[in-house]
Amino acid sequence: MIEIDDVTKYYGDRRVVDRLSLTVPAGDFCVLLGSSGCGKSTTLKMINRLIAADAGQIRVGGEDIATVSTEQLRRRIGYAIQSIGLFPHWTVEDNIATVPRLLKWPRARRGDRVTELLELFRLEPETYRGKYPHQLSGGEQQRVGVARALAADPELLLMDEPFGAVDPLTRDDLQAELLRIHRAMKKTIVFVTHDIEEALRLATHIAMMQEGRIAQLGSPIDILEHPASEFVADFVGRQGIGLKLLSVRKIADRMRPGETAEGEPLSLDTSLRDALSAMTTRRTDRLPVCDAAGRKVGAIVLADLVR
Amino acid sequence: MTVQPSLADRRPAFLLSIGIHNQVLFVLVIVAVAAVALSGFVGEAPNRLVSGRPVPLWAAAGPLLAAGIALLGAALAVASLIRPSRTLHCAVAVFAAALLLFVLAAAGEAAGLLARSASPASRISLGPAFWVLAACAALAVGDALQRLDAGIIAQLVTVVGIASGMVLMATVGTFDALSLAKEYEIHRQVFAEAMARHMTLVGASVGAAAAIGFPLGVATARRPGLQGPVFAVLNILQTIPSIALFGLLIVPLSALVTAVPRLAAFGVGGIGVTPALIALVLYALLPVVRSTSVGLTGVDSAAIEAGRGMGMGPGQIFREIELPLALPVLLAGLRIVTVQAIGLAVVAALIGAGGLGTFVFEGLGQYAVDLVLLGALPAIFLALGADFMLQILTAALRRRFAL
Repeated sequence: MIEIDDVTKYYGDRRVVDRLSLTVPAGDFCVLLGSSGCGKSTTLKMINRLIAADAGQIRVGGEDIATVSTEQLRRRIGYAIQSIGLFPHWTVEDNIATVPRLLKWPRARRGDRVTELLELFRLEPETYRGKYPHQLSGGEQQRVGVARALAADPELLLMDEPFGAVDPLTRDDLQAELLRIHRAMKKTIVFVTHDIEEALRLATHIAMMQEGRIAQLGSPIDILEHPASEFVADFVGRQGIGLKLLSVRKIADRMRPGETAEGEPLSLDTSLRDALSAMTTRRTDRLPVCDAAGRKVGAIVLADLVR
Repeated sequence: MTVQPSLADRRPAFLLSIGIHNQVLFVLVIVAVAAVALSGFVGEAPNRLVSGRPVPLWAAAGPLLAAGIALLGAALAVASLIRPSRTLHCAVAVFAAALLLFVLAAAGEAAGLLARSASPASRISLGPAFWVLAACAALAVGDALQRLDAGIIAQLVTVVGIASGMVLMATVGTFDALSLAKEYEIHRQVFAEAMARHMTLVGASVGAAAAIGFPLGVATARRPGLQGPVFAVLNILQTIPSIALFGLLIVPLSALVTAVPRLAAFGVGGIGVTPALIALVLYALLPVVRSTSVGLTGVDSAAIEAGRGMGMGPGQIFREIELPLALPVLLAGLRIVTVQAIGLAVVAALIGAGGLGTFVFEGLGQYAVDLVLLGALPAIFLALGADFMLQILTAALRRRFAL
């Protein structure tokens, strides 16, 4: 759990973070969303003390971070950035094992951990562990970057626009993988982005930031349905808000259990937006739904999407 | 639409591909041929002070070596006209290396032949045709290696091969009749000392410059505000002519020794090794500081931020990230400094520091070109050798770190 308590940061005379308070519960995926210069990155970097707060207190797991040595603190917090920052003269294995090495894990345990992480990110361990960063594609580099952040199994993962520099297709893959990993590992993640679609897709909570303050804190649906201010409504985008709502809701929310329909079934965690898209292309107003095991459990009906 | 081959194009395929494919090699061959045709391969003089009578290659060397040189030259000329391939470049490298050794052997043989019919005081020196021919052969080797994109090992093998050929010829006495060898014979004792002194001057000054310049470079990389003043001072030092700097140091150092006589016991003095070392270090500082600073500031800031974010301390980041990533640039700086110091140390002989420059200035005073060469040639070879070794080291590091 992270508690940011009345924190302020100045750059010269400019107050970039202004008496900000935010609590991120354990296991949460919290996205700091806002345009550039709103203080979201600064807020993130104050959590691992890459930037020192001028006032206020930040607690990680109940402990005031100002009382811990910065190196000790950072070794237990994963950190991934947009420019990735892989060490070009180290292999993938050495890059991933950076923090375990700093924590003086024995060599064998480090090797096992690297294998485990490469598998988690669907990079064939024996092919990839000996490669150098310049031999990887942009998407592979970012996977290694995130794997490196997770290497020492940190309780908390900080991510500063990690997918900002990859192409849309790769970004889509990386987002899906991050969601999968978040569900599987129950890490607390604080994620900075300026991309509303990315925030809606990933977040359990979005902290919408404006001029160093939190303009609104809520679930993606809250933010879409009840924007707290003109600013939030503008940022979220008045156009296409209905489609955005469909994209954050799942079939599971609107399914008619036990009913049946013809055709290829959709899975329970498909978004309503994708369900609408499937109905449109298949020229039908109802489709069957199956669970993760592939069993048909019900049907989704067009009228229920707009309910 | 298909084009009917004209009659003229029904030549065999290998003739079709003839043209000047390797311009560099072609020009080298032309230059070498012109030099051999128009100037002396060796010069024969009745004593060391008068300039010699030029003797062309065909008249000076024995028929076997002269024919060998002609054949190799012809082969290289043909090679420049054929469509290039790896095999061809390999052949050019081997032929050119052989040509270089043949030219050296021919010079030795020519001197031996001429010496038989001349008085003992007469001098047989190397002529323009020799120098041009040797240089062209060496350049052809280098060009072929470059076209082959030869790795470290191949370059090393070539250099060691040519060098051991030269050493072998020197040991069996091939060059004994050449005036250069005679000068060496006369100065044998002093030569070893001068060589050792020269290397000491270079080693000590480069070492000291690295010891002072490296921390200074780190400081300027850390504090950009320092760059202005530091580089201003070092740039000014670099613009002082070396002879002037050696001269300028005499006054303060003499004053220092007068004030603290005990320093003289440590070899400090207005002339000699002390001012030479100081001047060499001052000249070496700019490249060392500049390359350290540039190397460190060139390190990807994302890697440093990632290192900090993962909990590496400043020392760890410096040792494990910044230093290895800056190392190729650092070594490039060291290369420049070493080569520069080898050249500047020649001038240091003027203020009594010893070294290879002793022969150069003595030779200049006596108008004895061979004595000048006795100082200059080893300095050139030292510089080339140091450059080559450091280049190899840099390449090996780049490969190790896959940069």
